[in-house]
Amino acid sequence: MSARIIIITALLLLFNSSFLSAQNPLSGGQIHGSFQTDMQYYANDNILGMNDSSLAGKRVGMNGFLDLLYTNHDFTAGLRYEAYLLPMLGFEPQHEGQGIPYYFVKYQKDWIEVTAGNFYEQFGNGLILRTYQEWNLGYDNSLNGLRVKLNPAPGVTIKGVVGSQRYYWEKFSDGNRGIVRGADGEFYLNDIFPFLKEKQTQIILGGSMVSKYEKLTTKTTLINDSIFQYKLPRNVAAFAGRLNISHRGINFLTEYAYKMNNPSQYNNFIYRPGQALFSTLSYSQKGLGIILAAKRIDNMSFKSKMTEDANVLDINFIPPLTKAHHYSLANMYPYATQLNGEYAFEGDVVYTLPKKSALGGKYGMNIALNSAFVFDIDKQPVAEGIAIGQSGTYGYTSDFPAPGGTLFFREFSVKVSKKFTKDLKGVFIYLNQVYDKDIIEGHHNEYGKIYSHIGVADITYKLSSLHSLRLEAQTLFTRQDKGNWASMGLEYTIAPKYFISVADEYNYGNTDPGSRTHYFNVAAGYLLNTTRIAVAYGRQREGIVCVGGVCRQVPASSGLSIAITSSF
Amino acid sequence: MKRIVTFVFSLVIVAGLQAQESDVQHRLPSIDLTTIYGEPFNTSAIENDGNPVIISFWALWCKPCIKELNTIAEVYDEWVEETGVTLYAVSVDDSRSSAKVGPTANGNGWEFEILLDKNQEFKKAMNVNMIPHTFLLDGKGNIVWQHTSFSEGSELELIEKVRKVASGEKPDNTH
Repeated sequence: MSARIIIITALLLLFNSSFLSAQNPLSGGQIHGSFQTDMQYYANDNILGMNDSSLAGKRVGMNGFLDLLYTNHDFTAGLRYEAYLLPMLGFEPQHEGQGIPYYFVKYQKDWIEVTAGNFYEQFGNGLILRTYQEWNLGYDNSLNGLRVKLNPAPGVTIKGVVGSQRYYWEKFSDGNRGIVRGADGEFYLNDIFPFLKEKQTQIILGGSMVSKYEKLTTKTTLINDSIFQYKLPRNVAAFAGRLNISHRGINFLTEYAYKMNNPSQYNNFIYRPGQALFSTLSYSQKGLGIILAAKRIDNMSFKSKMTEDANVLDINFIPPLTKAHHYSLANMYPYATQLNGEYAFEGDVVYTLPKKSALGGKYGMNIALNSAFVFDIDKQPVAEGIAIGQSGTYGYTSDFPAPGGTLFFREFSVKVSKKFTKDLKGVFIYLNQVYDKDIIEGHHNEYGKIYSHIGVADITYKLSSLHSLRLEAQTLFTRQDKGNWASMGLEYTIAPKYFISVADEYNYGNTDPGSRTHYFNVAAGYLLNTTRIAVAYGRQREGIVCVGGVCRQVPASSGLSIAITSSF
Repeated sequence: MKRIVTFVFSLVIVAGLQAQESDVQHRLPSIDLTTIYGEPFNTSAIENDGNPVIISFWALWCKPCIKELNTIAEVYDEWVEETGVTLYAVSVDDSRSSAKVGPTANGNGWEFEILLDKNQEFKKAMNVNMIPHTFLLDGKGNIVWQHTSFSEGSELELIEKVRKVASGEKPDNTH
C-alpha cells in the first residue's frame, strides 16, 4: 500500500510543482508508448486432435498490451495495460484477465534516482536478483515497491530495492508470496583511483545481497511412519560478488553467488545451501572473436514463494550456457538451465576471412563455431540409507570440482556466412546435438536422449535494390522422438514495407505413419515505420519457445493469427 | 485503487498531450548502460559533434538484427564519410550471451559503437517492442525518425533519412 500512496503523492507533487513553477503547466512533458496485440483463431484440425470438445468454445485467443511512458524533465511515470482475453494457447490459464499490473513513478536528478511502483532490476549477472519481462512468453516477475539508485562519486553505483513480485493477477497479501529486498554496489576502479585513470586495464568490482521474507507455512512429511514437521526459514539470504577485468582485447568476468538454505517445492524441500559460479573469458581483435564460458549451478532456484515451482516469482536468473539458434529446426530441442544442479561449458569462435583473400573471395566469408557441454554436478547421499534429494534432509553432498556422470546436453555447430555476388548470399549451418529430453523437460524415463544432426541453408537473392527472395531449407535427422524432419520456406520482401512467405515443416520420419504431419503456413505483413501488421494462416508445430532462461511449451494449433505492434 | 491510478494517469495524459502541442522535442532518456568491457556508459553521452546518430537495438539471437548490422557494416565507411553519421548498436542480450556481444561484433568486423543494455532498461525507456528497432537522431540529439524490423534494402531508406538530417532537413515520416 505504501508504494501506491507514494506514487500518487509523487504524481500530485509533480502537478503542483509544475503548476507553481511554470506558466505552462507540465511544459516539457512528453508521452510515448508501445502497443501490441496478437489474436489467434483456432480451427478444427483432425490430425492435431483439435475439435469442438478439445477447444471447449475457446476459439479465439488474444494477448495484448499498451505501454505508456510520460516524461517531464526529471520525472518519468509509466504504466502498462494488459489483456489476455482469452490467453492464447500455450499460456497459463492464470494469465486470463485484464488490468494494469505495472505502473511506476521515477524521479532522477544528478546522483539520485528513485522509483516507486513496479520496476525491473538486475544485480550483476542476475544470479541472485533479476526482474524482467518477456511479453511473448507471458513472463513478468517485476518487483512492486521502491528502488533507489545512487551515484555518490564517479565510478560508484549503489542500488537498493524492496518489493513484492508480480504473481499473475493476484493482489499481494501477506502469505500469498514473500517480500524481496536487496542491495548492490558496483565500483569502476578506473574512475575511483587516479592512478588507474588512463590505464588500458579496466577493473570493475561488484557485490550484492538479497533477502526474501516469507510468512511461515506449515509443512509435514511422513518418514518411516512418523510425521515430521518442517522448520522452514522465514528469511532466506543470498550473496554474490563479481569481478570484471579487461585489457585491450581480453575480457574476464566472473561472479560467485551463495544462497542460504531455502527448502522449496522446486528443490523438494532440502536444506542444502545453493551456490553458483559463472565465468567468461574472451579475446577479440578485428575479424576474430573467441569466447570461453563456464558455469556451475548447485540448488539455485530462488523464488519468493516456497511452494511455487512454475515459471513465476523467480527472484534470480541463471542463464543457460548454450547458443540461441535462429532457425526453427535448430530450436526443436532447446536447452533450459537445470537450477537444481548443472555444470556447463561453452566455447565460441567467430572469424571473418578478409575480402579478396583466397578463401574469403571478393566479399569475405564469416565462420562461427560453437560448442557447449552440460552435465550433472556430483551428488552423493548425505548418509547411508537416505536417498539423494530426500525432503527434509540436507539433500546431498557434492564435491565442487567433480563432474557428475549424467550428460544433459551437448552441441557442436559450424556456421558459414558468405556473400557470393553483389546479389546473392547465403548462411549454411551444420549442428550436432544430444538432448536429454527426460531431464530437460521433466519426464520420467519416457524419451531418453535424443541425438540429432541438423542442416540449414538460407539463401537470399536480391532481385533489385528493394525486392528480394529468400529460400530457407532445413533438415533434422534423428532416430529418437519423432524422427526426421524437413522444412522449406520461401519469403519475398519489398523493403521496407511488405513481406509474404510460405513455409512447410514436414515430419516425414515419424515412426507412426499417421503422424507424418505437414505444418504448412502462409504469412504476409505490412510495415510502416514502427507499425507492423502481420497475418498468418496455417498449422503450427508444437514446440518450446525460449527467450533467455525461460521456456514455454506451445501446443500445436491450426488457424488464423493476426499480430499488430506499434510504438510511438 | 485502480480507479485512482487510472484517474491520475488520465490527468497526466491530458497534460502531456497539451504539452506535446508545444515545440517539445523527443529526446533520449538518461539510462546507465555498459560498454562491452563493463565500463559504465550513460545514454546522455550519446552524441556526435552535431552530426546525425543512429541507435539500433539488436541481440545475438535476433536474425534480422544481425542481417541489418552486417549490411550496414559493409557500407558504414561510406556512410560516415558522406554524412558524418555514427551508429550505436545497443545489444539487449541478457547474461546468457552479453559476454559474447563484444567478441562477436569484433569478429564480424563491425566498426560501430557497441553498448550493452543487459536488462532492457534502455529498450523499455525507448518503447522498443520488437527488435531490430532503429532510431535516428539529428545533430542536436532529437529523435527525428524510427523504424522497426529489417529486410534486404531497408538500409537504403535509413541512409536516405540520414542524408536529409545531415543536410538540416526533417525526415519525411509519412512513408
